[in-house]
Amino acid sequence: MTQFIIRRLLQSIPTLIGASIVIFLIFALAPGDYVTRQLENPKMTEERAAQLRALYGLDKPLPERYVSWATGLLKGDLGDSLMFRKPVVQVINDFIWNSFILGVAIMFFEWLIASIVGIYSAIRQYSVFDTIATLLVFILYSLPSFFLGLVMLKIFAVDHRWFPLGGMITTGSNYTGWAYIVDVAKHMVLPVATLTLISVGGLSRYFRANMLEVIKQDYIRTARAKGLKERTVIFKHALRNALLPLITLFTLELPSLFAGAMITERIYNWPGIGKVVLEAIYVRDYPLFLGYTMLITVLTILANILADVLYGVADPRVRLK
Amino acid sequence: MAKNIVEFRNLKTYFYTEEGVVKAVNDVSFSIREGETVCVVGESGCGKSVTALSLMRLIQSPPGKIEGGEIIFDGRDVLKLSEAEMRKIRGNEIGMIFQEPMTSLNPVLTIGEQLMEPLMVHKFMSKKEAWNKAIELIKQVGIPRAEQIMTSYPHELSGGMRQRIMIAIALSCDPKLLIADEPTTALDVTIQAQILDLLRKIKQERNMALMLITHDLGIVAEMADYVVVMYAGKVIEEAPVRELFKNPKHPYTRGLLKAKPIIGKRQDKLYTIPGQVPNPIGLGNYCYFSDRCEYAMDICRQKIPQLTADENGHKVACWLYEGEWKK
Repeated sequence: MTQFIIRRLLQSIPTLIGASIVIFLIFALAPGDYVTRQLENPKMTEERAAQLRALYGLDKPLPERYVSWATGLLKGDLGDSLMFRKPVVQVINDFIWNSFILGVAIMFFEWLIASIVGIYSAIRQYSVFDTIATLLVFILYSLPSFFLGLVMLKIFAVDHRWFPLGGMITTGSNYTGWAYIVDVAKHMVLPVATLTLISVGGLSRYFRANMLEVIKQDYIRTARAKGLKERTVIFKHALRNALLPLITLFTLELPSLFAGAMITERIYNWPGIGKVVLEAIYVRDYPLFLGYTMLITVLTILANILADVLYGVADPRVRLK
Repeated sequence: MAKNIVEFRNLKTYFYTEEGVVKAVNDVSFSIREGETVCVVGESGCGKSVTALSLMRLIQSPPGKIEGGEIIFDGRDVLKLSEAEMRKIRGNEIGMIFQEPMTSLNPVLTIGEQLMEPLMVHKFMSKKEAWNKAIELIKQVGIPRAEQIMTSYPHELSGGMRQRIMIAIALSCDPKLLIADEPTTALDVTIQAQILDLLRKIKQERNMALMLITHDLGIVAEMADYVVVMYAGKVIEEAPVRELFKNPKHPYTRGLLKAKPIIGKRQDKLYTIPGQVPNPIGLGNYCYFSDRCEYAMDICRQKIPQLTADENGHKVACWLYEGEWKK
């Protein structure tokens, strides 16, 4: 097992190098840079712009710029964010955990609701519950987050004032301990609800489809022929098999815990990494955006390895000797 | 004569498909006596398996539904039992093994777990007792290294071993009846013989009735006491095995026996019954075999023949013999 993990880690090095080149080139070759944006300022002269470019190292040829960025990367130095005037690592660390708590809450509710709806839909296929659930799921699935987000905001924060309009803590408040947690939780409700509702649709379909597939299998008939209770048949014999393909899905969703949600975080003014990165794109703060993209790349590769390992743990047929 | 353990009385199991109603089991009646081996023979889709699954009440609904008739098992009509009472019969009083040993065991549970389950549910054994009983069962079905098998997963076993495990599971609670639905179809010939020997040995030891579903007349000759021949959802002939092989009456049964290869006799081409099984949807009131029958008469296409017994208890549903007992 350890050997397998080490081998997979070594194999991912070329992938990472390739990914870093592609990511770097996409951003470097896209028109405009941090200085272009500031040319909109009438006081900015061409001369001053050239000075700034030299200062940020933007005047050097591409290969040289890549090498200096990549060597920094190896040392764990992602450069400085132009917008925050702070190291990128620090900026990411400041905001990513806000996105993380949002992500964890969303993932928890998403999987909880999707599993219940999906499994129940499957064992009562074509029932009234299944039909209504299928309809709702498709409606939610097709709603864009900016639309659902704004509607929820209008109803629950503007019209009814049950939840705050945005942010992570009440402005000017000085809560500590339990009161602080409650305050943050209140601010989390709407963004978590929005993103959960949108993502629950697809996942519940996965649960339903896998469960339906498994229920048809011969070994389920065997389990019934043994005289087991229907509950045992479903939750012991069927569910374990239906969950296998979902392990991959679950693990590959883990990096998204750190990725933030650009649009939703912006709507609810949540100080997460998604919102910050969106701003970074607007002002062409490439070091920050490159650093963020690289981080997600690394996490995705790690998640892939984890998926392989977990699959082996759960399915005896692929268990590693 | 031993008493009946199972009696199918006018069983009707229909499937409601988009194309129409399939009468998979259409007014089937026959019985199995205690300790007797009854072979149900017929080609694919003639309703053999559906008959067995109706007895276990494992017909998937929808699309399937048991529309009528009675199945008397050990004095009770299983079609009238509640789901909870039915569960006490399944795996306990009736054991069942299936055609596909490769897919009939759950791939993520150990053999031990799957063997112990019915023991703990029906015989209320503790985990320890069930473990010991399971090991005993594995030895009984002729698999060595029982302890090691207990912790193995199905994919680590060969097809023959898996079918032996299926037999062990079916036997675990000492059923009065064992249903074997084409237990050897998916296995190669040497393993087939071993599995059949095992079934015969176990049957004798326990004096248990065996309902063996097959389309292999070789297996019938070897195993059966009594044979039921089915065609397109109906029983067309039934008789004790010797009588049936010696004196087949229905043209379909005769065709089947004629189509069998014979050792020592080389033939380039085996006999085939002309034509095909009729489309099971919307069959009318006539003999379903009439289109393929070389003796077909006008009446065969107008009225459905009823199963009637001769003086030896040999039953056949064919107009050819209808006149005989009227004489």
